Amino acid sequence: MFDNYVFPIVLLTFTGLLCSVMLAVASKFMSVQVDERATKVRECLPGANCGACGFAGCDDYAKKLCEGAPTNLCVPGGDSAAKKIADILGVEFEDVKEKYAIVRCNSDCAESGYLMDYHGQESCAAASMFFAGRGKCSYGCTGYGDCVAVCKYDAIHIVDGVARVDKMKCAGCGLCAKACPKHLIDIINYTNDVYVACMNKDKGVETRKQCKNGCIGCKKCERTCPNGAIAVTDNLAAVDQSKCVSCGLCVAVCPTNAIRTCLDPKQTTPPPAEEKAEEQTA
Amino acid sequence: MLKEYFALVFGAILVNNIVLARFMGICPFLGVSKKMDSAVGMSLAVTFVLVMATAVTWPFYTFILKPHGLEYLQTISFILIIAALVQLVEIVLKKYVPSLHKALGVYLPLITTNCAVLGITLSNISDKYNFVQSLLSALGTGLGFLLAMVLFAGVRSRIESNPDIPEALQGMPITLISASILAMGFMGFSGLVTGLFGV
Repeated sequence: MFDNYVFPIVLLTFTGLLCSVMLAVASKFMSVQVDERATKVRECLPGANCGACGFAGCDDYAKKLCEGAPTNLCVPGGDSAAKKIADILGVEFEDVKEKYAIVRCNSDCAESGYLMDYHGQESCAAASMFFAGRGKCSYGCTGYGDCVAVCKYDAIHIVDGVARVDKMKCAGCGLCAKACPKHLIDIINYTNDVYVACMNKDKGVETRKQCKNGCIGCKKCERTCPNGAIAVTDNLAAVDQSKCVSCGLCVAVCPTNAIRTCLDPKQTTPPPAEEKAEEQTA
Repeated sequence: MLKEYFALVFGAILVNNIVLARFMGICPFLGVSKKMDSAVGMSLAVTFVLVMATAVTWPFYTFILKPHGLEYLQTISFILIIAALVQLVEIVLKKYVPSLHKALGVYLPLITTNCAVLGITLSNISDKYNFVQSLLSALGTGLGFLLAMVLFAGVRSRIESNPDIPEALQGMPITLISASILAMGFMGFSGLVTGLFGV
């Protein structure tokens, strides 16, 4: 009786107990001392685990910070986080280059109509695999909001069938840029306001047929820009962020309104963004 | 005697290759063979755990289970022991050999209940190996796993970048096909050990 029924149960229980006690003791006595600063530093980080710093999440960045990684890599945390981290680690504070996302599409798909009636799965990745999306322009935003889904700051939304970024909310983590199957989203410096909201590299005539807001490569902006910050290559204008001073001359002269600026309240969503901007800069 | 041991190790590496002849441990074989360095890391971790697990389970079976006629408990008790052992090894490595822990770290928890580990510890018992033979068979099996992983990682890196593969076969299908061809290639080794060592 004992040999057949009780002993196996006792034996297995005892073995399990022994193993668990061994593990408990081992984890107690052989635990590796985690750098105390790492825990403190971790608390300063936003915890979005966006990966904008280039490390695998906030925990990893906190660990690497204690080993001497640069303190100014956390874009969502910005200057305030960098300052706190620098205090804890006792290193000199370095300015964080704040960034935000822009969507390089100016689509009027809602107006000019779609190429097809897409009834597939409602995601940009799926839609863009099927004949490059439902829009007439194969470069443009499909508008199913893969970027909206990944945004942790509620900063990007689909407005009139195209993704638009709220500059004030955007932390510049770049998750949306990774999610966009058309690679329409760029992460640019916070100080830059002007960008070309088009990725269409077709010739002007073709672009015009697809979308009336697209860049047709007319080079008017190139001639207007006093700093030589905008150039047309492959029928598409591109702003050199290092030279641009956001004067907005190119925006005024663009015949198709393909160049957008975050300064004009009409073109930014939402309108009260201007006041917030002043508060932040002041 | 020594000859027998050599035969055992070579047999475990080539003839009875754990992945390609016995079809155990297929999951890491397909999952972690995309990159050469992770393939090597995984195989080293498997080898390490295999030897450790055998060193613990063999005495447990021989001195505790067998005298009491509890052979039927081997599977469940081995799972328990191996899982606890891997966790313990991880803790110890983290404390005393951080560099090894860093190299094996990601893969150690993954193989806690790898069927290759359980399979070899069980087949060591069913093959009636003694303690040294069991250890050698575990070591050979681990090395065989390493060989298969390295070979296949090389094959795979070529396959994945090859544009000539028909669309329907890209990805997992062609990986499985090439794995089967590799397994057929290993059939050529059968009889090698008998021929070489005459055992």
